[in-house]
Amino acid sequence: MPAGAERRRGPAALRGAATAVGALVAAPVLTVCAAVLAPEGGETWRHLASTVLPDYVASTAWLCLAVGMGTTVVGTGTAWLVTMHEFPGRRAFEWALVMPLAFPAYVLAYAYTDLLQFSGPVQGWLRAAGWERPLPDVRSLGGAAAMFVAVLYPYVYLLARSAFLEHASGTTEVARSLGLGPWPAFLRVSLPLARPAVAAGAGLALMETLADYGTVAYFGVQTFTTGIYRAWFSLGDRVASAQLATALLGAVLLLLALERLGRGRARFHDATGRRRPGSPGRLRGWRAAGAAAACGLPLAVGFAVPAAVLLRLALAHAGTLPPGRFLRLAGNSFSLAAVTALLAVALSLLLAYAARASRSRWAAALNRVAGLGYATPGSVIAVGVLVPVTRLDAWLAGAIEGATGARPGLVLTGGIAALVYAYLVRFLAVSLHAVEAALARITPRMDDAARSLGAGPGETLRRVHAPLLRRGLLTAALLVFVDVMKELPATLVMRPFDFDTLATTVFALASDERLGEAAGAALAIVAAGLVPLVIVSRQIARERRPAGAAQGAPALGAVEVP
Amino acid sequence: MSFLELDGVSVAFGGHTVVAGLSFSLEAGRIGCLLGPSGCGKTTALRAIAGFERLAAGEVRLGGDRLGGPGVHLPPEQRRIGMVFQEHALFPHLTVAENVAFGLRGQEPPRRARRVSELLATIGLERQGGRYPHELSGGQQQRVALARALAPGPRLVLLDEPFASLDADLRERLSLEVRELLAAAGATAVLVTHDQHEAFAMADQVGVMREGRLVQWGRPYDLYHRPGSPFVADFVGQGVFVPGRVVGDGQVEIELGRLRAQAPAPCPRSGCEGGCRVSVLLRPDDVVHDEGAPLRARVVAKAFRGAEFLYTLETAGGSRLLSLVPSHHDHAVGESIGIRLDVDHVVAFHQPPGETAAGPDSRP
Repeated sequence: MPAGAERRRGPAALRGAATAVGALVAAPVLTVCAAVLAPEGGETWRHLASTVLPDYVASTAWLCLAVGMGTTVVGTGTAWLVTMHEFPGRRAFEWALVMPLAFPAYVLAYAYTDLLQFSGPVQGWLRAAGWERPLPDVRSLGGAAAMFVAVLYPYVYLLARSAFLEHASGTTEVARSLGLGPWPAFLRVSLPLARPAVAAGAGLALMETLADYGTVAYFGVQTFTTGIYRAWFSLGDRVASAQLATALLGAVLLLLALERLGRGRARFHDATGRRRPGSPGRLRGWRAAGAAAACGLPLAVGFAVPAAVLLRLALAHAGTLPPGRFLRLAGNSFSLAAVTALLAVALSLLLAYAARASRSRWAAALNRVAGLGYATPGSVIAVGVLVPVTRLDAWLAGAIEGATGARPGLVLTGGIAALVYAYLVRFLAVSLHAVEAALARITPRMDDAARSLGAGPGETLRRVHAPLLRRGLLTAALLVFVDVMKELPATLVMRPFDFDTLATTVFALASDERLGEAAGAALAIVAAGLVPLVIVSRQIARERRPAGAAQGAPALGAVEVP
Repeated sequence: MSFLELDGVSVAFGGHTVVAGLSFSLEAGRIGCLLGPSGCGKTTALRAIAGFERLAAGEVRLGGDRLGGPGVHLPPEQRRIGMVFQEHALFPHLTVAENVAFGLRGQEPPRRARRVSELLATIGLERQGGRYPHELSGGQQQRVALARALAPGPRLVLLDEPFASLDADLRERLSLEVRELLAAAGATAVLVTHDQHEAFAMADQVGVMREGRLVQWGRPYDLYHRPGSPFVADFVGQGVFVPGRVVGDGQVEIELGRLRAQAPAPCPRSGCEGGCRVSVLLRPDDVVHDEGAPLRARVVAKAFRGAEFLYTLETAGGSRLLSLVPSHHDHAVGESIGIRLDVDHVVAFHQPPGETAAGPDSRP
């Protein structure tokens, strides 16, 4: 049938509202870019270039290189082991390997600092065992890279794993039947096919690395994010911070472009959802033990060890963070996250329905805009939101003073609203992805079927759409909720005066060398981060079942390239 | 007056006319079919009847009520027209029984339950009522979709390529089953398909569509034996065109002999008695194998069909023919066999439609 038969024009109001949302999301990013054109820009830029910029570029580049290679090796290796082989514990590893994602890198940094510092348990044992030389300092560029690899490899793992699963049954068997052994088959068929997935996963890991503030600040590594933060707060130089933000944004866009380029025109993902799990080769003896160890190590480094360290610290310092204060912090975090999650889901519904109604290029472009926000580091968004908001505030204050004579001070800046706005810019793509995945399951034909059975538009929405969307909306809200709970750089810059969340408190306490007091709150963040992982692992378990059974699960947005 | 009437119906998308001036009518209790290649506008026509597309011109009437036309557009939910979709479009969050019950609104639960179990029994799924759609096979989903459409007792049932997503075996069996179900329900139905076998198996009246227009509307028998145009001749059934000459008195001469038309004029153009050139359609069942016949043709290719062979033959003059021969006549390729023409209806077109409008391989 002609494509025209499918098309229907969405109501103009929906389209207009969606465009407005897109503009709101794009505004901070555009503001940052515009800062380059500021009149005093040239001079600031020259100053930056002659002083701190070379350091920022060098350390950021080294960090990206190390994290990119580390996550690729660990993520691809573990994914290959659990999909193509059978060994003791494989089933458990298959879902447990995503657990390090629950740790924000900065929390991991605190745990390892405590574990490995001179007075810490490891060095204590080593000295007792007669080892006199000090260990290399974890609070370094190399240490930061290790932290990132430990918590971010699951991005590569998840994407590589599904790529392997998709191709495992068919192509590997073809390669084997054409005379390739298991190892050559992996190198010549599975790996090249999984390459785009691996690249996409590493790309996500690098974006998180570029966005990080907590870890590098704590370890004293000079990167763009710490530079932006310092320029904003210590030096009060908004132009410089905006220019650094632009440079960082440029790096992110370069990454995105590289990822697109790597994917090329080839479609490496099979959208049919038809997967036949291949028959994994059984490993025995030392090979089986080696495989189990290779999967166990990242899990221990990225989850078990730091969790144990934090737990020990929290128990040893139980009560140092008064329960009342803890509850207030948790309440702050919770309400920020809940408000953002609700708004994000509502806006995602708006965007998704607008796209469904029009199916145009315009809708795809809006989607891309929302995705850009997700790729933009929180510090950049903070600058991008604050610059226009302070200007608006000054204008508002002037207007109010002119009208009433009263001096209202700054209304918007430093308020919750600006912070929630920044969160929305950053995380809207996450919920949009989940909502769209859920909405995609409701085909236009289902609407038609309901209408032909006598249900009007309202009844169709209530009896068909609402029940089918419920789970997807919940997933979307959860993902945003957890992301906001963990978010640090934007919160640090934009939170109202005297307003603390779990994340900012953990960061502040850790920066003051009061790790013990921070441990309880850090564990709370990790516990919240485990929630979406339960969703992922349930999905992983479901994928191994016969086709069709997986229909109920909306795709997890957070681990897919927006 | 007929039950369903389409009168000059046109549908356009953004200035592009997809259905143009479609008119046909269907008696109550009959099954009609729109047949045509993909992109001919047949699904759009069906969606216009259902009310999913607005008419650009023309009128749709059902039982005397105007459903759509100038200034009238009854929304689909008020038309009482059931529809079965190509993708079935079952609601994935509802069980089979709940899907069937979806359109039964405003009835007391016991009555509704009775109606649902009655329908499930009719489609032979009485024990699968608690299953979810994805737990059913394609054929079962198809039947549930039909039961769901029939449940509210619609005045008309529309079926959009209802068997396209099923494999060939199932398709044939289900099309007969569905026809019986529709007949048992006394339903009037319109089916859309690109498969002539499906159309012939299910429909009382078939319309062939091309580029948004209805080119011929009639009984399957007439479409096959009295196609109104080379396109219809090609689209329904196999056959070849051979060049011929009208020799007057309803007779046509071709290489293989002289054909006498029982039906009216062999040539659609009048004034052809003077011997104008035509293309003559020869169906595979028009060419009969007869060892005693003086006419000979060489076997060029053969396809085994179980009960019969479909031979592709070449005459001395170089014309290609198709012939259906009972399968115990197993001749080798290259062999020369005797043939005889047994043509009931001479179909001739004035316009020579190319060398072989319907080549031997063009149809399954």
